[in-house]
Amino acid sequence: MAAPMSNVDEIRDRVILGEFGVRNVHTTDYPGNYPGYDDTWDLEKFKKKFRIDMVQLDENNLEFDMIGIDAAVANAFRRILLAEVPTMAVEKVFIYNNTSIIQDEILAHRLGLIPIRADPRLFEFRNSGDEEGTEIDTIQLQLKVKCSRNPRAPKDSSDPRELYLNHMVYSKDMTWVPIGNQADVFAEAKIGPVHGDILLAQLRPGQELDIVMHCVKGIGKDHAKFSPVATASYRLLPEITLLQPIEGEKAERLKRCFSPGVIEVEDVGGKRVARVVNGRADTCSREVLRHEDLKNLVKLGRVRDHFIFSVESTGILPPEVLVSEAINVLIAKCQKFLSELDSAEMD
Amino acid sequence: MEMLEEDFGDMSPQQLAAPVSTVEEKWKLLPAFLKVKGLVKQHIDSFNYFINVEIKKIMKANEKITSDADPMWYLKYLNIYVGMPDVEESFNVTRPVSPHECRLRDMTYSAPITVDIEYTRGSQRIIRNALPIGRMPIMLRSSNCVLTGKTPMEFSKLNECPLDPGGYFIVKGQEKVILIQEQLSKNRIIVEQDRKGAVGASVTSSTHEKKSRTNMIVKKGRFYLKHNTLSEDAPIAIIFKAMGVESDQEIVQMIGTEEHVMAAFAPSLEECQKAQIFTQTQALKYIGNKVRRQRMWGGPKKTKMEEARELLASTILTHVPVKEFNFRAKCIYLAVMVRRVILAQGDNKVDDRDYYGNKRLELAGQLLSLLFEDLFKKFNSELKKIADQIIPKQRAAQFDVVKHMRQDQITNGMVNAISTGNWSLKRFKMDRQGVTQVLSRLSYISALGMMTRISSQFEKTRKVSGPRSLQPSQWGMLCPSDTPEGEACGLVKNLALMTHITTDMEDGPIIKLAFNLGVEDVNLLCGEELSYPSVFLVFLNGTILGVIRNHRKLVSTFRLMRRAGFINEFVSISTNLTDRCVYISSDGGRLCRPYIIVKNGQPAVKNKHIEELSQGYRNFEDFLHESLVEYLDVNEENDCSIALYEHMITKDTTHLEIEPFTLLGVCAGLIPYPHHNQSPRNTYQCAMGKQAMGTIGYNQRNRIDTLMYLLAYPQRPMVKTKTIELIDFEKLPAGQNATVAVMSYSGYDIEDALVLNKASLDRGFGRCLVYKNAKCTLRRYTNQTFDKVMGPMLEAETRKPIWRHSVLDADGICSPGERVENKQVLVNKSMPTVTQTPLEGSAQPGQPQYRDVPITYKGATDSYIEKVMISSNAEDAFLIKILLRQTRRPEIGDKFSSRHGQKGVCGLIVPQEDMPFCDSGICPDIIMNPHGYPSRMTVGKLIELLAGKAGVLDGRFHYGTAFGGSKVKDVCEDLIRYGYNYQGKDYVTSGITGEPLEAYIYFGPVYYQKLKHMVLDKMHARARGPRAVLTRQPTEGRSRDGGLRLGEMERDCLIGYGASMLLLERLMISSDAFEVDVCGQCGLLGYSGWCHYCKSSCHVSSLRIPYACKLLFQELQSMNIVPRLKLARYNE
Repeated sequence: MAAPMSNVDEIRDRVILGEFGVRNVHTTDYPGNYPGYDDTWDLEKFKKKFRIDMVQLDENNLEFDMIGIDAAVANAFRRILLAEVPTMAVEKVFIYNNTSIIQDEILAHRLGLIPIRADPRLFEFRNSGDEEGTEIDTIQLQLKVKCSRNPRAPKDSSDPRELYLNHMVYSKDMTWVPIGNQADVFAEAKIGPVHGDILLAQLRPGQELDIVMHCVKGIGKDHAKFSPVATASYRLLPEITLLQPIEGEKAERLKRCFSPGVIEVEDVGGKRVARVVNGRADTCSREVLRHEDLKNLVKLGRVRDHFIFSVESTGILPPEVLVSEAINVLIAKCQKFLSELDSAEMD
Repeated sequence: MEMLEEDFGDMSPQQLAAPVSTVEEKWKLLPAFLKVKGLVKQHIDSFNYFINVEIKKIMKANEKITSDADPMWYLKYLNIYVGMPDVEESFNVTRPVSPHECRLRDMTYSAPITVDIEYTRGSQRIIRNALPIGRMPIMLRSSNCVLTGKTPMEFSKLNECPLDPGGYFIVKGQEKVILIQEQLSKNRIIVEQDRKGAVGASVTSSTHEKKSRTNMIVKKGRFYLKHNTLSEDAPIAIIFKAMGVESDQEIVQMIGTEEHVMAAFAPSLEECQKAQIFTQTQALKYIGNKVRRQRMWGGPKKTKMEEARELLASTILTHVPVKEFNFRAKCIYLAVMVRRVILAQGDNKVDDRDYYGNKRLELAGQLLSLLFEDLFKKFNSELKKIADQIIPKQRAAQFDVVKHMRQDQITNGMVNAISTGNWSLKRFKMDRQGVTQVLSRLSYISALGMMTRISSQFEKTRKVSGPRSLQPSQWGMLCPSDTPEGEACGLVKNLALMTHITTDMEDGPIIKLAFNLGVEDVNLLCGEELSYPSVFLVFLNGTILGVIRNHRKLVSTFRLMRRAGFINEFVSISTNLTDRCVYISSDGGRLCRPYIIVKNGQPAVKNKHIEELSQGYRNFEDFLHESLVEYLDVNEENDCSIALYEHMITKDTTHLEIEPFTLLGVCAGLIPYPHHNQSPRNTYQCAMGKQAMGTIGYNQRNRIDTLMYLLAYPQRPMVKTKTIELIDFEKLPAGQNATVAVMSYSGYDIEDALVLNKASLDRGFGRCLVYKNAKCTLRRYTNQTFDKVMGPMLEAETRKPIWRHSVLDADGICSPGERVENKQVLVNKSMPTVTQTPLEGSAQPGQPQYRDVPITYKGATDSYIEKVMISSNAEDAFLIKILLRQTRRPEIGDKFSSRHGQKGVCGLIVPQEDMPFCDSGICPDIIMNPHGYPSRMTVGKLIELLAGKAGVLDGRFHYGTAFGGSKVKDVCEDLIRYGYNYQGKDYVTSGITGEPLEAYIYFGPVYYQKLKHMVLDKMHARARGPRAVLTRQPTEGRSRDGGLRLGEMERDCLIGYGASMLLLERLMISSDAFEVDVCGQCGLLGYSGWCHYCKSSCHVSSLRIPYACKLLFQELQSMNIVPRLKLARYNE
């Protein structure tokens, strides 16, 4: 059990989950806010405190901890990940023929939402008013499907999968049509939809789709289809403090109040005593507060400057790249701001 | 213990020991019921009865036509049939037609009515079979509709939705519903109090031929008969005497010989005495003098006495049959009426008009049969007239009536009545408007809701609460929630889920059965037996059948016979202990619903039956036939003891409710947890569910409707109800499951406004499609000219179509897939300038002149052309229909609502990164202000959110069925299992600051409906624009691009404020300012500086007045009033 925190330390460093509300939600460590605390911002101090720990990384998911930073900055990363890291997405749809049941606009909307595998860093933003597009700002995709009857279908079949050919149009049917030198430059890149199994439309014999799409670079602020993440969010590290030793039946009950693995019950001298093992695993359901006899024995808190980030990529770019891209965007913003400040001084 | 003994006194210990087993899943009877009966079965049943049975009866009643000109000539109908719907392809070639074809081609879905006739031509007797006399619009899914008995596969071949309930007509391409009409029941004695507190009785008697209303009133203790045909109220004793009961003793015997009854009736006898009327002749003479003269049509002239006798026999209390002037039955009926009033006077036992046992519902079949009978009679009288005219004239060819049988009269009569909704039958003095309505196809629910709607005959403007308020007897029959707000509140109602409406049935066997069961025929009684305390009167459909000594045995045997299937399951029998009567009803229009029979404290339906039902070995009919379940109508319901649940069964219980949630109707059935909501909220949702967009049927993409709203991505609700499953709402949903955070955000959420997540909208939330159509017909005119469609006009230099014609194909009709802008042409139609046949003698021009009458697109936003249909309509004119489509994403001002009467408009659209998010990274789709809850008390919505959240986590759907559904406790335990808060309140971080919110936020999915009211269709503003021709003031209304009125109250404000120049500017300069020349001398208006009155120009000055003012002066002048303007210089 950690040594009890001083009152001010708790206000500064912890968010407290009460029964009816959250306390100490705001950052208060402004310089001069607390007597006896030096809250002036200092790069060295920050460097010492600041840490990023990678927790888990796979193809599409990344979990990392960002420790020792203000909520505003952590939130900035989250916001940039959602809205300002550019990706490529279908923007212009040229429908030459669509005799399917699905309406042109709805089909175009569906096409737009499909993640396109293409490194947006290798492309430019398209200029406004440009309709044609060039090799540096446009990827051209084509979707040309025609449904027909399956001549080899069994006579008595009523299953559309056997009766018809091409009756399900999937995203894998979208093929890349390189423009200019793209065929050479992106030979390795396998440009096309990230997932091949997204159902776009269903056809019946005689119906066909003949569509050319232009993918352009854009950001999630403009439209959610450009957002590179399925979601990006963070939570604060939960911290559960047992104010008194909890034993016996209560300990078992306490264990059940939290997510599995948070509390373990150990044998200490023949007594079953509860111990916080892994506060991080808790989902903060606050179940313990519903138990009249337990609610005053624990303190539920969260560490104010420990952000557990979770980034889920749509598959266009690996999540770690997205995070570094987000950092680049923030750096670019800062530099722009600095240069604005400089130019303002010039006037 | 004492109470227990009372309850179970005479039961054996074994019986007592047996626990009342709960029948699990007895709700499964409900889908079985709906499978047999369907939601609109009442319409279809009644229509089927009409075209298969009633129409033959009507024919039988009017079967012979004779002519006054030739006694040998006659026409006799032998049979009548209604065929299958078809269209006439070319002359005398017909082909079956599908309902959808009629919808698309603006035709009527109708079938020929054919008759077999026997008639004379000259001296020959001829029999002709299958002769068409007109066409009958056919109700969809009725016995003669092509859709009956078809599989879903065949439905799709006919472009029809298998989930569509049917029960409506297609007339001129429009879907029309004949609403169920509610009325006071016919042929029943209703004792009521008038405004002064006097008790009286009234009977509305109705037979096929006549309809009349007879009243019995009390004036100064004397009884009078009041009738339309009598100019004065007739003393009742005189009526008795006129009907042949001359002895006072006999009259009193019939009415009753109790002391107080005799005392109450004595003054009436006295009055008769005073009038010196002792014999039937005298009485008839007396009445004959009071008969209102009726216009005579033909026939020998009658004396006043004969007229009076005729009146008593046929008009007064028409429903009591009088054969050969044997008034016995009618006298007894009248005596019973008098007795009822006398008894009611003492204890004030008046009948309740609003009681549903006293109401009958009139359905499509009954209304159509009235109409058809009228038309058929007219048709026959027309034939007779023609025969009378033609037969006397000697012709080469003999008179052949077949040549004069015109089909259009009956056809047009039926079609016009259904398409306008005006039911005017002179025979019954019936003139009703709005009997039919266009089937609303906003959503599947709105169409279904319309099929169960009941409209009351009551005047909407009258301010009485009785007919509008909820009647206890409507429990289980009519939905307590589904009624509109405002003027029609409580007058328009909806059927509950399990209600069935009876159709007429044969009463012959019932009479026979009743007599066999010991009922003593009323005609064999002397009269005094009627009032014996030992007997009960037996009524059948309002007429007195006789008396019974052991009424209990009669009722129980009767019910036994019904359960055994010897008589129709819809015949009801009930005892009325206060009136000492047994009522048997077999007439149509009664409300009834099925119940489980309880015997000896045990429900007849056991678990094994339900098991067999779910395995498909049994259907609902089997339950009826094996007397496990029976139908009870409102009157019989009151004679039974019905337990709501098994544990409420006592020894007196006779029936058990199948499922309590069936007391709600279709629309209220959509609401999850309605029993937790404040009642008006459920009513609001019933109104709003009909405006929700979604899907309207499997054939929605084949329809070309004037207006159709569809949702791009409809979802089935996370929290469903049994009703939702039963009516297949899940297959045709109207709404989406939105993740809702109940919190305040930004201040743009006050007054129920919602904050929407932009990313959700980007991904398709609330996206809808709006379809509209444009129509045009190409006609052929009498002078052999016809409309033409011209190709697009080309620009001279570029040889490209001009902008207005840019969407046109080479054939002059727009092509599918094109985008049309405002004022572009859809069909480049031209019409000949001269369409009338030129007068004889005038020269025929070689080439007709054409004038452009293009069909243009009007709309603030562009549309796409979905499809173009080219066909022909019933009049063989070309018909071009164009379907236009718009896709709309929600914007600020669009209206949304949950299923709990909580509507709100979108107040703000917020980017996803600004939205709050919970620990698992979920952002809400909708943020709703918590102030919506306390005053509305929609606890159901709170529970829906919890159940929805648990369902999402668990991967299953939860039930929010009324009086049942998933329990809050179980649902919350689920939340805990998945690591969420028990109360559904999550720890949420602000997306703007990145810091946690101080409050826990109630967070989870709620089913939201997008309502049809969208900003795009409503926004309106104008600077300059069109003006009305007469007044030169700006036009009114959005559709005419009208101005926004500065009304009286606004004007008052400006006057109060003293802003005179602003007033002048608003009311004149910006409206209808007009320069007039006024002569200062005569004060009249002049013209171009010249006064016509003074013939001079010296005093004419020019001033600006409103044009409306000038118009007023001129109008006054035209009615000989001279308004004169007095002019003065402003500086003098």
